Amino acid sequence: MTKQSKTDKITSDLLRPIRLNWSFKIWFGFLGLALLVCLGAYGLQLKNGLSVTGLGDYVSWGMYLSNFVFFVATSLIGMLISAVLGLSGQKWAAPLARIAEIIALAFAAVAGLVIVMDMGRPERLLNVFIHGRVQSPILWDVTVITIYMVISALFLYIPLIPDLKICSEKLDVPPFLKKIYKILSLNWEGTIEQKKMIQQSTRVIAIFIIPVALAIHTVTSWLFANTMRVGWDSTIFGPYFVTGAFVSGTAAVIIAMYVFRKNYKLEEYITEKLFDMIGKLMVLVSLIYLYFNLNEYMVPGFKMKEMEAILIRDLFSGNHAILFWSVQLLGLVVPIILLLFKKMRKPLPMLVIGFMVLLGAWFKRYIIVVPTMEHPFLPIQNVPQSWKIYTPTLIEILVTLAPMIMVLMIITILAKVIPIVSVSETLEHLESVEQAEGELKK
Amino acid sequence: MSENQEKPKKRTRREFIQDLGIVGIGTLIGGSAIFAGVNYDKRKKAAERVKVLTAENEVMEVEKSELAKSAKPALENLTYLQQQGREGMAGKRFVMIIDLSKCRNARKCMAACNEAHHLRPEQHHINVLKMQDSANTPAYYMPKPCQHCDNPPCTAVCPVDATFKRQDGIVLIDNERCIGCRFCIAACPYSARVFNWAEPIHSLEDEGKVYNVELNVPQKKGTISKCLFSADRVREGKLPYCVSACPNGVYYFGDENEDAVTNGTTKETVRFRKLLEDNGGYTLMPELGTHPRVYYLPPKGKEYPFQEKDKEEARERLHNS
Repeated sequence: MTKQSKTDKITSDLLRPIRLNWSFKIWFGFLGLALLVCLGAYGLQLKNGLSVTGLGDYVSWGMYLSNFVFFVATSLIGMLISAVLGLSGQKWAAPLARIAEIIALAFAAVAGLVIVMDMGRPERLLNVFIHGRVQSPILWDVTVITIYMVISALFLYIPLIPDLKICSEKLDVPPFLKKIYKILSLNWEGTIEQKKMIQQSTRVIAIFIIPVALAIHTVTSWLFANTMRVGWDSTIFGPYFVTGAFVSGTAAVIIAMYVFRKNYKLEEYITEKLFDMIGKLMVLVSLIYLYFNLNEYMVPGFKMKEMEAILIRDLFSGNHAILFWSVQLLGLVVPIILLLFKKMRKPLPMLVIGFMVLLGAWFKRYIIVVPTMEHPFLPIQNVPQSWKIYTPTLIEILVTLAPMIMVLMIITILAKVIPIVSVSETLEHLESVEQAEGELKK
Repeated sequence: MSENQEKPKKRTRREFIQDLGIVGIGTLIGGSAIFAGVNYDKRKKAAERVKVLTAENEVMEVEKSELAKSAKPALENLTYLQQQGREGMAGKRFVMIIDLSKCRNARKCMAACNEAHHLRPEQHHINVLKMQDSANTPAYYMPKPCQHCDNPPCTAVCPVDATFKRQDGIVLIDNERCIGCRFCIAACPYSARVFNWAEPIHSLEDEGKVYNVELNVPQKKGTISKCLFSADRVREGKLPYCVSACPNGVYYFGDENEDAVTNGTTKETVRFRKLLEDNGGYTLMPELGTHPRVYYLPPKGKEYPFQEKDKEEARERLHNS
């Protein structure tokens, strides 16, 4: 195969998915309908107040807050794959950078909405800016999440510029769309100077995004750790949350890899080797998270201080035991063991494992938020029985699903308008490989 | 040479004074023009006359400038009430003492509180708990209002300053500002805060009422409510609703600065510090460093027996741990 034909093949392979086909329309229509139903549920909540949820004066943070933590957590993956791996010279992860950034941007953008859906007075959101108090961790969270969202958008956009140029030239789309691609490509010509600029700015963003990403999840953990509640009153909550975030984010990337590879027929680009590598990464981040879990539950479990003992018993053998052990075993321990085998680091088994881990990650947040609220220092008395043990309502579940659907919509749209694997970087990679081969022949 | 070059850049004193003069005269002329304009406007307004109806039902014509805007009574002015509610009463440091040896779970305090603050039956600004600390210690009833901590964890986490600590020690909330994030509920170790999950129970009859921060009425859907030490009553020099309602002499309320607290049932006023000293007064969970303004006297020599039917609830926690 000549070099030109190779280049053409790569370009057409990676650009092929960018068109409106039936499966996209059906999928998007389904998402739209589902979102409407969920927004209807939110409408009911707006009308009748949060009484439509299972929340009460004791468990006053429930599914919505767990969902918020999950969203912030999953959005951290952009920082891990694109920045940490990129800066440390792990070239194998490069084809995943865009997928990771799209996931990061989608989750970060919607995380803010999740918290608004939890508010009793969402119409007063602006009060946070008018009367904001710097000492409240919520203010810190609002600030860092906004910054992270902006940086993530840049992190997605700047390396995308060469691809936008390719899109405007090669895509078979109406002229006005071509024009939009062209405008967005900011007069990209591929000169050495321009390449250098992109390289440098990407590097700066990659460095800058690491502390910001650490900050968003550390601050989110402080929403809990900065209270005196049993189970939250912990000094390791920051790193505990951050390492947990890498687990759920990696799972999200694995699922996205599988779906795009299959639907967009990108087997040659999202290779089995890539699954193998990301499987190993999953083992690494899960082991670190397991270590923090051990600390978080073993230390109070050994001392069994009065109030902590009540919570630990509830988790280990009480009301939440089934969920707790399922999350720890099926969502963490079993995936680690499975992924140690090479056979399991193949696309299909990894898809299943990815779902296990992602589900486990969601319920892990639930296990962190809810049981603690069920066990305040003073006994819960003289209130309805339903306030003592939290049970989410259908409306609450639907409202929780709404932001998830939004994330899927954002990812779907982005993956339909931009190449999901960087065309220009793949071409560059090809060039460097050929150069190396050429040198070997000589 | 260099001197010659620099000279033109510098301004001489004469030039400076000249400039000053021009600016000065300009200001004078401009100022007087504005002054004249404003005066003219005033005179023009004064010439306007309006018809008014007198108390004797006669129509009279008066100059518009003679009409004074009637000030809204302070008590119906939201901004005024919010400001007064935030500032609190100067020179006061309110405290409460709850004598556990006297409480027999009459719950008149809870009823009075719910009525005053328009709360649903399950919403408790004050909650009488059945407590038992360990297997061999006796069970007792413990009324638990907001502890009005001097180091309140709830106000620290509020993102919008909707809950605040006043100079007189009372912790209040402004439900016109609250965004309903419920961070304060999560932060409070005493479970002292309640939320309006649904439309408040008296929302129809309260419609149109001006919100009083010191009473937290009208309650609003989607906002927090909490014990206010009856700040509205205290402002009038009266005892809080719960304190006055108690038939068993459980509550003392007063001012730490005066070192005097008054019993709500007997109306007897005693020395605050002496009462604590003589009876082994303590605060709830002092290890948390919240510094409560609510003090407890131990259930020593209980005057009333603990009800048999409440024993199981009191022991619930002991079984769990």
